[in-house]
Amino acid sequence: MLRVDGITAGYGPVTILRDLSFKAEAGQVTCIMGRNGVGKSTLMRAIIGLVPVQSGQITLGKVALHALPPHQVPVQGVAYVPQGRRLFGPLTVAENIEIGLLARKKGPQRRDYVLDLFPRLRERLDQVASTLSGGEQQMLAIARALCLEPEVMLLDEPSEGLQPSMITLIHETILRLRESGIAIILVEQRVDSVLRVADHVAFMANGRVETVVPRSDLAPDSMLFRDYLGV
Amino acid sequence: MSFGPFLLLAVLEGTVMAAVLALTAVGLSLVFGVMRVVNVAHGEFYMLGAVLAWFVTYYLPFPPLLAWMAALIIAPVLVAAVAALTDVLVLKRLKYNPEATIMATIGLLYMLQQAALTVYGPDARPVVAPFEWRIQLPWFGYSGYKLFVVVAAILVLMAVWWVMTRTKAGLIMRATQVDRDTAQTFGINVNRVYAGTFAFGGALAAVAAVLIVPIQQAHYLMGHDPLLLSFIVVIIGGLGSIRGTLVAAVIIGLSDGIISMFFSPTLAKIIATLLVALVLVFRPQGLFGAKA
Ligand SMILES: Nc1ncnc2c1ncn2[C@@H]1O[C@H](COP(=O)(O)OP(=O)(O)OP(=O)(O)O)[C@@H](O)[C@H]1O
Ligand SMILES: [Mg+2]
Repeated sequence: MLRVDGITAGYGPVTILRDLSFKAEAGQVTCIMGRNGVGKSTLMRAIIGLVPVQSGQITLGKVALHALPPHQVPVQGVAYVPQGRRLFGPLTVAENIEIGLLARKKGPQRRDYVLDLFPRLRERLDQVASTLSGGEQQMLAIARALCLEPEVMLLDEPSEGLQPSMITLIHETILRLRESGIAIILVEQRVDSVLRVADHVAFMANGRVETVVPRSDLAPDSMLFRDYLGV
Repeated sequence: MSFGPFLLLAVLEGTVMAAVLALTAVGLSLVFGVMRVVNVAHGEFYMLGAVLAWFVTYYLPFPPLLAWMAALIIAPVLVAAVAALTDVLVLKRLKYNPEATIMATIGLLYMLQQAALTVYGPDARPVVAPFEWRIQLPWFGYSGYKLFVVVAAILVLMAVWWVMTRTKAGLIMRATQVDRDTAQTFGINVNRVYAGTFAFGGALAAVAAVLIVPIQQAHYLMGHDPLLLSFIVVIIGGLGSIRGTLVAAVIIGLSDGIISMFFSPTLAKIIATLLVALVLVFRPQGLFGAKA
């Protein structure tokens, strides 16, 4: 289980996250919702180690992630699919996959497992990543992260800019990963998507997670969506 | 000597020049590409390599071939160590800020120069060539060692190419070059990559120096020309593009060799600089660089 306990984090003198706490359980999808600029991506970056945590703790099992040098966090089993994908554009699909395998020293077996999830990538191994279609790029971003064989997976708006069939494919993938016991933290803005995949929804405002609600307590017209997203 | 043989001689000299230039320029280009650091002290790493080669060959009681081979290993290793130390002690603390690192490497340039002047002195000193044989062409004899330098430089460049495109270390360097933050989220220790890249760049300059020093003599100011020409090559080729750097090194090296022999070395530098100006005006990303 990944626990975030009272963290404060931001950029230079600007504090974005204030005393923020929440947790993500293995085999469950925890969705993070909140308005643009509330700090959802900052929270993801704090967990993966790209944004330093000024106070508070982030722990995975017994390991204090916030105390590790950033490049050690993925080694503990935290994989990150950043907003906007951030592929290694000039590198090939195969090379992007290869990078994913490095942190936890995974081999051909893991590579095959991941490519079986996304057969379209297998057909394009030698293609340069920046020339992939948007959907294929998102598949590669997820595949690259899955190469770690992670215990926790952070996905920051993976459906941004994709057509409905592609979004469905990504949801199916997320639900499969959930079955395999991974703790999934998903930043997602679409209410219908959240209702399809979430076990819990964490609503962010004012630099904190203000409410966590189980999926069963939510409906498409819930007041919470209106309050926290302004829809 | 009639025109044909003279041109052949000029081309040969230009090829030697191009080969050594390619080595120094690739180091500079690699460092800029991966770290976004313009290393003004790159020429001093070259100088340091040459001076160290002189010390090694002078003090080791080996025959010339063995002594030179020892220098070929010891000088690049020591220069790489100096470079890695520079990265950890200076560049890292400046957070690789582009302007700050330029100032810092200018400082390093003078420190290395003065250190060489103090320890090694103001004289230019030759290193005995590892072997002496002349190739007798119908019109003139030519140094077999110079041809060896060309072959050796090509082999080293092929090795660099192989490291960058076919090995895990190369893959990690290229990934870091593209996106340092994302590389970190995949477990890549960016600090180590940077120290390694800076050391690798320095070692390449030192290898070039050990190759050239039996032809050109070691001197504490010898870093200037290679620095200028390497910058010219890297700008023409496109910053950070290895292929562009190689092509530009051949163009600049050959033209420098040929123009120097037919006219004057000064004219050669003028033309090269003019070429840079033209490239900067009409194709600022360089011949092979990606558009910014
Ligand atoms: N590198 C940075 N330096 C300074 N401020 C930043 C930086 N990155 C983000 N911010 C600021 O931090 C705040 C939170 O940004 P963040 O990207 O976490 O929001 P978000 O909730 O993910 O928004 P969106 O829904 O638009 O993706 C914003 O006000 C943003 O301007
Ligand atoms: Mg965001």
